[in-house]
Amino acid sequence: MATAFGNEGPADGTGSGDAFGRWIGRHPIWALIIAVVMIFALWLVLAPWPAGFEDVFGKKRLFINAILNGITLGGLYFLVATGFTLIFGLMRNVNLAHGSLYLFGGYMGYEATQWTDSWLFSYVVAFVCCAIVGVAMQFFIFRRMEGQDLRQTLVTLGLSIIFSDLMVWIWGGNAIQIDTPDYLLGPVATPIVVAVKSNGETVFLQYPLVRLAIFAAAVAIGIGMWLALNRTRVGVMVRAGVDDRDMLSVLGYRVQLLFVLVFAFGAGLAGMAGIVGGTFQSLSLGDDSHFLLASLQVVIVGGMGSIPGAALGAIIIGCAEQFGQTYFQNYATVLTFVIMVIVLAIRPQGLLGRR
Amino acid sequence: MALLQTTGVAPLTAQDLQRTGALSRWISRHAAILILGVLLVFLPTVASDFILVQVFGWGMILGIIALSLMFLGGYGGMVSLAQMTVAGVSGYMITVFGASSLPAISLFWPWWAAAPMAIVIAVAFGALTGALSARTEGIYTIMITLAIAAAFFYLTLQNWPIFNGFAGFTTIPAPIAFGINWKHPVPLYYLILFFAALSYAVVVYISRAPFGLALQGVRDNPRRMEAIGYNVTAHRIAAYAFAALIASIGGILMVWLNNQISPGSTGIEASIDLLIIAVVGGLGHPIGAFVGAFIYVVMRTFALDALVEVGLDGRRFQTLIGLTFLVIVLFSPDGVIGLWRRWSARALSQDRGTRR
Repeated sequence: MATAFGNEGPADGTGSGDAFGRWIGRHPIWALIIAVVMIFALWLVLAPWPAGFEDVFGKKRLFINAILNGITLGGLYFLVATGFTLIFGLMRNVNLAHGSLYLFGGYMGYEATQWTDSWLFSYVVAFVCCAIVGVAMQFFIFRRMEGQDLRQTLVTLGLSIIFSDLMVWIWGGNAIQIDTPDYLLGPVATPIVVAVKSNGETVFLQYPLVRLAIFAAAVAIGIGMWLALNRTRVGVMVRAGVDDRDMLSVLGYRVQLLFVLVFAFGAGLAGMAGIVGGTFQSLSLGDDSHFLLASLQVVIVGGMGSIPGAALGAIIIGCAEQFGQTYFQNYATVLTFVIMVIVLAIRPQGLLGRR
Repeated sequence: MALLQTTGVAPLTAQDLQRTGALSRWISRHAAILILGVLLVFLPTVASDFILVQVFGWGMILGIIALSLMFLGGYGGMVSLAQMTVAGVSGYMITVFGASSLPAISLFWPWWAAAPMAIVIAVAFGALTGALSARTEGIYTIMITLAIAAAFFYLTLQNWPIFNGFAGFTTIPAPIAFGINWKHPVPLYYLILFFAALSYAVVVYISRAPFGLALQGVRDNPRRMEAIGYNVTAHRIAAYAFAALIASIGGILMVWLNNQISPGSTGIEASIDLLIIAVVGGLGHPIGAFVGAFIYVVMRTFALDALVEVGLDGRRFQTLIGLTFLVIVLFSPDGVIGLWRRWSARALSQDRGTRR
């Protein structure tokens, strides 16, 4: 039985490796085509480009930067959107205040870095602060209107308005940047050849270390979450709750406690993402709606309530945004919008979603 | 309705009696709205230009756009956050096809060509929005329409060739037509009043027409409607198109009243404010949209001074709006209309109780 959190094989213990092998056995031609395309893409990324390519796609440095920025931005979107998708999957609560939680976490992290000078510690602060807000929201408000989707959504909308106004009050409308810690400062050489100079010297791409580190952390969090959901008892409860929460509560599990936990976790992740965003870009007025929109697009494309879907959607939306900004600035948002429209037209439930 | 049904040809005297009876009954049943209408018609004799245009004109325009949301949400069960965007599309299109201070973009068509064009494009946009969100259900609608609204906002912000980026368009006065200069406050007020009354009447009529009844059936039980042979998706998309027609009229009036349009006027905040208007007023009856709009405009106009008066920062206006909205959602989910209905029902039952 496929769960909402992935299309892994049957639950009797066959790993995903076997499923992969079986899939290749069943579709040898498709597997070959995909392999060829992947090798070609890898060559495209690593090797210097022939002249004809640069005419079509512009400078390779630009192209590669768009891809890397897109993927790392996707990592950030994934952090924001997983909480959103988890909360929706379990509680059917479209938390429109999720962007505010992101911004709040970022600001709290900024304050923490100002006080303690520790970038890593600020993540703890942001997680805890946002988790507390999330728990308070679930405990004092949403618990009282369970099953009323629209009303809950309207409440989150009202909260987001109040939160954003209060945050403008406290931190002002100017952009705030969180300083990158020294050990992650500066660019790092990647094994990607951008160009070959006339004297035969190859030029390798330089890329900010902090972005790569954060992307690695996002991947680690994603894998950790997947393991937690698929290998632990709480994870089983969460998945069961996504499938049928009434049945779960009938079986005697404490669903309310689970809701509070998941809300805290999702909100905390959004808060941590706020620090990532504040380090990548900056924190400013309007970021809450920007990241709410990003989460919406990610889950619409990837599929509601699905963690792998959130990962896939985040990479797609991140890349689309960066490519749009690089190649056709005037219509950059149209690209992400078109992707959303295509997905909705073909698979209304999202790429990895389930009805 | 009763009036229409009695316009037969048969018995004369009885029929006439019945007709006058029906008329007086109709009048007494709709006394409130009639009195309101008469007051609004004679408002220009007493009110200042500012009150006329910036409070009542602006309120009625927001009411028209909120009415389109109320139609979708109340009768169709589809709470769309893209109605302000539809209004924005028609507002932008009237500047692109009509006149503005930017000859590089505007085509300077006359108003009778530009306005229908803008409405057609906005209705097409609304139908497309409907086609996208009608494939999913319930709470997804809010998400998809919010994503559409936000995408349009960022498009207008980034796009210079058509939407002129964050600067938008300025100097777009209402046109001079039929010898009347519609940009003067009083004609503009009557123009807005006319379209507000018209769209209200049409929505009330449609809500009782077969299409409106079928739409309410789709809202209550789409599966059953499908089973008895209604095309649920087509009804939903048609509802979106009709709502877009109303919203696009509101959008054009909005541009003519404000003299300008920019991304901010159709942004995410504006879309959310519109939803707040509709919900605070109440999604249960078309008049709710206008009630909500007036509450909003009055708050927007006077809350700043009131906040300063009680010693608070006037800029905390959004918090006030948000709190009002929260209180309404938490304590009266059917809005001010719901409050009023419950209050009058209680008054009525008490009245009966004392009489017995």
